[in-house]
Amino acid sequence: MRIELEKRAKISTLFSILSPFIAFLLMIIFGGIMFALLGKNPVTALYSFFVEPLSEVWSLHELAIKAAPLILIAVGLSVCFRSNNWNIGAEGQFIMGAIAGSILPVVFYDWQSPLVLPLMMLMGMLGGALFAAIPAFLKAHMNTNEILTSLMLVYVAQLFLDWLVRGPWRNPGGMNFPETRTFAADAILPEMIASGRTHWGFAFAIIAAILVWFMMRYTLKGFEISVLGQSERAGRFAGFSSRRMIWFSMLLSGALAGLAGISEVSGAIQQLRPVISPGYGFTAIIVAFLGRLNPLGIIAAGLVLALTYLGGEAAQLSLGVSDKVTRVFQGLLLFFVLSCDTLIHYRIRLVWYRFTASDLDGSR
Amino acid sequence: MGIVEAILLSVITAATPLVIAALGELVTERSGVLNLGVEGMMVMGAVSAFAATQITGSPYLGILAGIACGAVFSQLFAFLTLTLVANQVATGLALTLLGLGASGMLGESFLGIQGIKLQPIAIPVLADIPVIGPLLFRQDIIFYLSIALVAGVHWFLFKSRAGLKLRAVGDSHASAHALGVNVIRTRYLAVMFGGACAGLAGAQLSLVYTPQWVENMSAGRGWIALALVVFSSWRPWRLIAGGYLFGAVSISQLHAQAFGLGIPSQLLSSLPYLATIIVLILISHNRRTTLINTPASLGKPFVPDR
Repeated sequence: MRIELEKRAKISTLFSILSPFIAFLLMIIFGGIMFALLGKNPVTALYSFFVEPLSEVWSLHELAIKAAPLILIAVGLSVCFRSNNWNIGAEGQFIMGAIAGSILPVVFYDWQSPLVLPLMMLMGMLGGALFAAIPAFLKAHMNTNEILTSLMLVYVAQLFLDWLVRGPWRNPGGMNFPETRTFAADAILPEMIASGRTHWGFAFAIIAAILVWFMMRYTLKGFEISVLGQSERAGRFAGFSSRRMIWFSMLLSGALAGLAGISEVSGAIQQLRPVISPGYGFTAIIVAFLGRLNPLGIIAAGLVLALTYLGGEAAQLSLGVSDKVTRVFQGLLLFFVLSCDTLIHYRIRLVWYRFTASDLDGSR
Repeated sequence: MGIVEAILLSVITAATPLVIAALGELVTERSGVLNLGVEGMMVMGAVSAFAATQITGSPYLGILAGIACGAVFSQLFAFLTLTLVANQVATGLALTLLGLGASGMLGESFLGIQGIKLQPIAIPVLADIPVIGPLLFRQDIIFYLSIALVAGVHWFLFKSRAGLKLRAVGDSHASAHALGVNVIRTRYLAVMFGGACAGLAGAQLSLVYTPQWVENMSAGRGWIALALVVFSSWRPWRLIAGGYLFGAVSISQLHAQAFGLGIPSQLLSSLPYLATIIVLILISHNRRTTLINTPASLGKPFVPDR
């Protein structure tokens, strides 16, 4: 048996809507098989993984808290990926945003003012953008592969955070624990709704998604992003500069990852620790593709991936399965998304024969 | 054994997995496929080699398991990018994410278990040469393999007919296809070789470098291997120089700590990553030479017209 692809004359609208759903369904089926192999009842396992976290108010809040950074980062990444700039160092930009935003509440902890919070958010964005500026500069002016440089910088950011919280920023009254002071009330991102913990980071995520969606759809910049992404040559003829686009997309995604970082620290953790992210920057890559690089799709995709984090925790408690299952689910999902995207551009045919007389016929 | 010898020995141990993984990726990229999943294949190789060694008691079966696992795992990437023409960058990332997740899950029951170290094999006569003997001829089989593989791949790529075809596929898949070379099959095999090498490199980590299983134990080495391929300008012998340079950098942190220089350990630990960036800049800043060296079809999808 052979698989043959036939290019569609037009992109299939049906499959561009359906493909994320098919991918999700495939992940559920494979997940069920995986649970069965681990000796669990697949139905109850999948129920506690994907349904139970949605059944209570507090866990819905947790869902929003986890979705916020994923959506914020993925929205920025969608602009990068659409313009063919492969920023995969969002995890590092997230961390540097969190660090830059925490300068006020950690170093200048005496200063209490309503200005603290907005300044923290701005500095977080600046920190993330500056850290993304390194691979942007290296790609735009030194011709250096941004995939490798942005990824290497993730390790550097993680080690830098580790050094800060164990060294100069360690809480002097913290019994030598590797963590900073807890943020003062002025530096904590408030809760959005009275019923639970969801903080304003979730609102930032939705606003960012809508703004970027508007930009992509209705502005010249959005057009420029897609043209340069699909054909750099065509973009050059239109007078667009791919060098400027490297800067634009990298700084935008860095700033959004930085905002995600400081929102997470200020809203959910309320201090810096050696590890502040369960891989949000990498999971956001999956979110971006599951949302088909469309900011509105990314909102939905962010909620789905947030659910896998919660489901992993729930399944660990109720079934005793390892929480590593989450990462497997996430990896599988990206595989299925990428394979289903083939259906949008190609018709897939299974060919059962190897060679027949009709192959010799010149008309085919 | 003197201090210098000890340092050199640790450099070799640190460099070997980099050389092997980069060599596999070099062949893959020479065929025109960019597989960013090296990190994932490596960590899968590490966990399966460790598990097989624990179960069978033989590190040699462990090595085979690592190679097999890397090769099989890479075919997932090959199917998506070659048969379904999915985006190579995104699929490579998916392979890495899945590999890190799956290895964490598979390896959970092996955490904290003392591993079985692969024993060195002394080569008669040569092993008795002072200094060089213990360094180069009293090594484990994976080290010998790494050198043999570099020589073999060099011969294959530049002296054999099949290697010529593989390079043709990587430089212009349309022309190679027109000449009757099976582009897709060549690339499947090249990806598989890359996976097998990454698996072997992973086996070295969990059987020689630190004989135990630690989650994410590849710690970015797969990515450094990718950078090494660029560093080598896609030429096998240069990988040895590059690999040993990076091995020296990553070992320097341990020795600097031993000397107590008072530099934060985190800064020393970030040296290999910073060095990678610096080397990449030095190698790629000249657009023209980069363009000449890079396989021309690298990362470009190919759908045969029928």
